Amino acid sequence: MIEVQHVSKRYGRVTAVDDVSFRVERGEILGFLGPNGAGKTTTMRILTGYMPASEGKAIVAGFDVFASPLEAKRRTGYLPETPPLYPDMTVREYLDFVGRIKGVAPKERKARVVEVMRKTHVHDMADRHCSKLSKGYKQRVGLAQALIHNPEVLILDEPTAGLDPKQIIETRQLIRGLAGSHTIVLSTHILPEVAQTCQRVVIINKGRVVAVDTPENLTNRLTGAETMFIQVDAPAGEAGPALASIPGVTRVVASDSGGTFEVESENGTDIRRELARTVVTRGWGLLELRPMRMSLEEIFLQVTTDETAPEAAAPSSTESTEEAARD
Amino acid sequence: MTSVRNTLAIAGKELRGYFASPMGYILIGLFALLFGAFFRVYLTGFAEQSQRMAMGGGAGNINVNEYLIRGVMHNVAIIILFVMPLVTMRTYAEEKRSGTMELLLTSPITDLEIIVGKFLGAMGLFAAMLLVTAIDIAILFRLGNPELKPVLTGYLGLLLLGGCFLSVGLFLSSLTKNQIVAGVLTFAVFLMLWIINWFADSVGPTGRVIVGFLSITEHLDDFTKGIIDTKHLVYYLSFITFGLFLTAKSVDSERWRG
Repeated sequence: MIEVQHVSKRYGRVTAVDDVSFRVERGEILGFLGPNGAGKTTTMRILTGYMPASEGKAIVAGFDVFASPLEAKRRTGYLPETPPLYPDMTVREYLDFVGRIKGVAPKERKARVVEVMRKTHVHDMADRHCSKLSKGYKQRVGLAQALIHNPEVLILDEPTAGLDPKQIIETRQLIRGLAGSHTIVLSTHILPEVAQTCQRVVIINKGRVVAVDTPENLTNRLTGAETMFIQVDAPAGEAGPALASIPGVTRVVASDSGGTFEVESENGTDIRRELARTVVTRGWGLLELRPMRMSLEEIFLQVTTDETAPEAAAPSSTESTEEAARD
Repeated sequence: MTSVRNTLAIAGKELRGYFASPMGYILIGLFALLFGAFFRVYLTGFAEQSQRMAMGGGAGNINVNEYLIRGVMHNVAIIILFVMPLVTMRTYAEEKRSGTMELLLTSPITDLEIIVGKFLGAMGLFAAMLLVTAIDIAILFRLGNPELKPVLTGYLGLLLLGGCFLSVGLFLSSLTKNQIVAGVLTFAVFLMLWIINWFADSVGPTGRVIVGFLSITEHLDDFTKGIIDTKHLVYYLSFITFGLFLTAKSVDSERWRG
């Protein structure tokens, strides 16, 4: 549905996007992740035909955005970083105007306006001027605007920016509901957002794609090794060497208090059964055994910073990452 | 067909934009006020002149069209000079500042449709301004007996003259994000276009022809006399086209520079 082939964008001597390639399949939600200034907005602007690429090709809904911009734009809905609202217009007038320039047939326009207002929950503000709306409403009117012509492709630049937690959840639900009938690319620097809404992630840094995968695979792949957290009830000093002797285990790190271990193994080998058997056959108590995952946030930091964090992984729950990411 | 529809959508949006804020009303009021002031000055002068002629016992009557209407119309050029920068300064600058430019440029409409739409919207406002001044002229028809044709061609000339200023203003507005910068720049350029014929006498015979051709206001003269000369018509229309062409290039280059 969307194909980006070796796209680069240079402003004078500055390279904002450098040889970026990726594909988005029909009905998929792709997350575009990267620190500020990584080239997310530039890439999206190229996809929407706002600006041409210096090199490379972008194909949206089967049309080259540079060669046949009107055809591509007709099939694309775009929510820029700041919702493009006209302060003097009411929400209804605004959506009607956008419908007109997006080529919605005059007969359907009124119904479409009502439909997108209902979908994005802005109908109670229909006759209020855009300048009088709160940030959350502005963002949602921006989303309504992107949906007005029922485009096949949706490009959303930080769709949840500036919303309160409740609105963020609603907007994510809305976006998830749109997948399937629409192909969606959304950018964000909020990591849990990607894990919760996207099927695939493109991580971009300094204009280059550093990783493309599903959130789960990224988590697995980028740790390099699989790490198990195990807590055993065993005589002091015996458990460590016993665990280290299991085939496939590369490293065992004991905690200071003793009794809990982080066991690293070669990638792709599942040592859980062996771990359990070893502990149980020796008559020790197996108190806890769980895989340790790197959170997306850590992966993100790992691929976007040059030096790798010394700790391979640390236990973290989604909640704590979410909190950290919202700061 | 879609092209016309898109252009009209933009033109309608522009026109509504002028009247959604007090701006449109202020501009029309200002224009009418200045026009009225000039009209009064010329009317008083005309009344005195004809009184003097009547007292002198001369049979000749001075012409309303020649003396009054033409004089006022020439001075409208000066009003346009002051008012037009206020009309055009926001057209592009505001869209760029508020980010709505991104909406327009990612919609399935061409740059040309946007530009012509904006131009027509501004022309609509200017036409409304001229329409209000027609009240003053209508009084003359009620009281006197002026010729209609020079009035109509005069208004056509003014519309074209205004179009020239608008197309230049549109271009200058597309260069910046700042309305004030756009306004001041436009005013400076208009001023230069207006005073250029003051220097006509000092640049020698060939220079005079060139300068005279560059001066926008020079071409209005025949229109106010009731003559539609193709030469002037072509001049105005090509001037407008050139202004819109520059705007198109400016918008396009902005796109490449990002």
